[in-house]
Amino acid sequence: MTEHLKMDKVQPRMLDETGQGAITVPMDRPEGRLKVAGQATYAAEYKAENMAYGVLVRATITKGQVTSIDEGSVTSLPGVLGVFATGKMPRSPAQGTAGAAPIQPEGRVDYFGQPIAVIVAESFEQARHAASNLKIAYEAETAETDPETASEIDVPDGQLLDQGDIEAAMSDAAFTVDATYTTPPHNSAAMEPHASLAEWHGDNLVLHGAYQMLKFNREELADSLGIDPEKVRIHSPYVGGGFGGKLGISQEAIAAAVAARELKRPVRVVMARQQVFEMTMRRTESRQRVRLAADKDGKITGLAHEDRVSNLPEEGFSEPTAVASHFLYGGENRFFRQEVARIHRTTAGSVRAPGEAIGQLALECAMDELAEKTGIDPVQLRIQNIPEKHPESGLPFSSNSLAQCLTDGAERFGWSERKGVGKRREGEWFVGMGVASAARTNILMESRARVTLNPDGTALVETDMTDIGTGTYAILGQIAAEMLGLPTEKVTVELGDTNLPGASGSGGSWGAASAGSSVFLGAKAIRSKIAKSLGCAPEELRLKDGIATGANNRRPLAELMSGPISEEGHIEPGTTMEEFAQSGFGAHFCEVGVNAVTGEVRVRRMLAVFAAGRILNEKTARSQGHGGMIWGIGSALTEAIEHDPRDGRIVNHDFAEYHMPVHLDVPDLDVMFVEELDDHSNPLQSKGIGELGLSGAGAAVANAIYNACGVRVRDYPATPDKIFPHLPE
Amino acid sequence: MKITLNVNATPHDLELDPRTSLLDALRDHLDLTGSKKGCDHGQCGACTVLVNGRRINSCLALAVMHEGDEITTIEGVGTPDHLSPLQKAFIRHDGYQCGYCTPGQIMSATGMLNEVAEGWPSNVTADLEGDTDLTREELSERMSGNLCRCSAYPGIVAAIFDAAEEDRPGADQKSIEEKRVAAE
Ligand code: FES
Ligand code: FES
Repeated sequence: MTEHLKMDKVQPRMLDETGQGAITVPMDRPEGRLKVAGQATYAAEYKAENMAYGVLVRATITKGQVTSIDEGSVTSLPGVLGVFATGKMPRSPAQGTAGAAPIQPEGRVDYFGQPIAVIVAESFEQARHAASNLKIAYEAETAETDPETASEIDVPDGQLLDQGDIEAAMSDAAFTVDATYTTPPHNSAAMEPHASLAEWHGDNLVLHGAYQMLKFNREELADSLGIDPEKVRIHSPYVGGGFGGKLGISQEAIAAAVAARELKRPVRVVMARQQVFEMTMRRTESRQRVRLAADKDGKITGLAHEDRVSNLPEEGFSEPTAVASHFLYGGENRFFRQEVARIHRTTAGSVRAPGEAIGQLALECAMDELAEKTGIDPVQLRIQNIPEKHPESGLPFSSNSLAQCLTDGAERFGWSERKGVGKRREGEWFVGMGVASAARTNILMESRARVTLNPDGTALVETDMTDIGTGTYAILGQIAAEMLGLPTEKVTVELGDTNLPGASGSGGSWGAASAGSSVFLGAKAIRSKIAKSLGCAPEELRLKDGIATGANNRRPLAELMSGPISEEGHIEPGTTMEEFAQSGFGAHFCEVGVNAVTGEVRVRRMLAVFAAGRILNEKTARSQGHGGMIWGIGSALTEAIEHDPRDGRIVNHDFAEYHMPVHLDVPDLDVMFVEELDDHSNPLQSKGIGELGLSGAGAAVANAIYNACGVRVRDYPATPDKIFPHLPE
Repeated sequence: MKITLNVNATPHDLELDPRTSLLDALRDHLDLTGSKKGCDHGQCGACTVLVNGRRINSCLALAVMHEGDEITTIEGVGTPDHLSPLQKAFIRHDGYQCGYCTPGQIMSATGMLNEVAEGWPSNVTADLEGDTDLTREELSERMSGNLCRCSAYPGIVAAIFDAAEEDRPGADQKSIEEKRVAAE
């Protein structure tokens, strides 16, 4: 049986009533023992009898056509089994939730480093050597690679909005900000490189891969190969980080599957780190103009956010840069417009918090500039401009605790100690504090899970949902345990296999809410059956530690069940997503030191306060918060992909040159959750948290730099060369 | 080439391509996949193992260079049922998310704690002659070769401090346990 819920109306707060004490508590991850012992198995760690090794070969031109591939240049090399997949090789990975094949350009090249073929050999060393020897001839064309000078510019309708009169608002305002910010491209850079092992059993394909959204990935892979999705099984029980980089099926999976089919033996293809940088998704660079108009009391009357981003021709995705600017602050006059430059750089796609991550670097910095101009405290300025309802659609918020996040955070951080610009000096360090709001749209996606309760008081949760480090194994077990009245160690969670019921996948911060709701529903259906055997109404039933109570009856589960009870839960988004503006909110506070001699910035401490509805596991939620904040530090201070101006290639394609935060960049971090339940989001009353922590975090760092030393960096990241020349004497 | 690698106190006879890195020998030829490959370039630390007690990036070493050496991998540190104190501390402090960098962090921390105990200075050590205290800055400096994109750094740092305290000669195990229970 399937318990189905379309989220059309508020659901009872059942998790407040169940009383097992399994939910919200900071439970350790159940798969932790495997991870710390090196026994959790990631995609590249599966082996198959007679497995061959594939290495991708990539274009050395930016744009043009492959005219010939000289297979003879490698076939005589030791161990080489052949050159494959030239016809099926996709240009780019599929975009998130595409559910269909990415473009397979058959030899057309659109960016430097695009994969052309896979070379397969008996060993990895042999394949790698052959890959460096394969001769490919091209007919090259000139390519535009600079978003600023690109001749082809799209203006997506969906990103256009013109409400009231922004020009009049700007000219009538007592205070205005009109500033342009730039952000560089980023890479998800999950520590596990993309990897696939393809094994055919007759017409059926099994792929051990590293993917975030298996239900969609299966369709994408099948479509790319021209076969029925029923014949494809994807297995991803452990994924070494995703951050958007593993949303859609990527080139190594399709290459491995094609080569394995032709060779009639299993083939494994693992991307080298440089390949991950050059041919999986990058976050676009952006140029953003933010205008704010405010009256004499600092009330915002106009807000405009325009941006230019880029992508390859024919890619549907464009970074929703201004997504949170639509509702974070009020003001009746509003203007939004996006330009997408069509250029030949590596594909742009989703990287953690697409839109918010860079949009709030600009908006929240502009708010700091407005605070400076009006002379109003930046915390206060934000609080007084929080809108009652969505300032464009007029919809009410499902919940909005931004004011509380700002107030509680200011108190906890010691915000009142903040000095004027450049006023705090400790030895050779200028010290300052900054604040920024955080917002990340909340989404519910269709998701299914099967829950099985056994008479011995154990339970099993099964879904093709993934755990990319987000804590899925923990929270799905906790939800089932809470609903079924079992200790959490009695619940086993099986994930990451398309043979199991199809889930939402991990992305868009919707995984916990969506997959979690499906588990909730499956368990709820089991509760109804138990209530029936006990002879009470489902609302009366109490389940705790394997004992059922209701209608003056008290019985152990085993006595009420003749065998296992298995139920499927199925959640779908409904009208609450259309009738309410839904978002997680938060506030970031940061203290930095700026070195007066070198211009180097050190983050000294940071606090984030989050309002994300019901917290499902305080420990894993906190870690998600930390992760986001540290990504914020990276985006503010160090992370930037550099493209060669001549051919668009990524020149810093490894960890030595692409600077993500390391241990020494990260001080003590503090995370606080405000108490909140969101009745309109889903039956768990939770909201997404994985991307909220990044949204706004970098702006708090940049604003702290300004407060410390008076240097306003509008061109991220704030590296010393952009600070040092402007430091006060 | 025929070589013998001593891994986790067990000798293994192998026939290897001379180009095979120590990391690939462990992962592909000995099925010891606990050591991870994050970059294959000595830039992330995911492949950290101990060679004769010192931490190295096994992706930067050829397997044939290590005949006769004592190699310790995460599999030699503890199993899921018999975890080392450091491994347990990583679980308690959520010193990971996806878990991919984790074996490298744990191997690196194991080697790092020995280096501190032996008085090796680091880039942030003020007094090169004196004893080295495991301050927060020392720990972070010494662990900065181990990247974690999930950014579990706060939990990793807490876990290492926690295990280091437990490991200290003469540490009062009872009070450590009491503190731990109180914290939870
Ligand atoms: S894999 Fe060896 S340092 Fe990254
Ligand atoms: S736990 Fe994912 S990279 Fe460290």
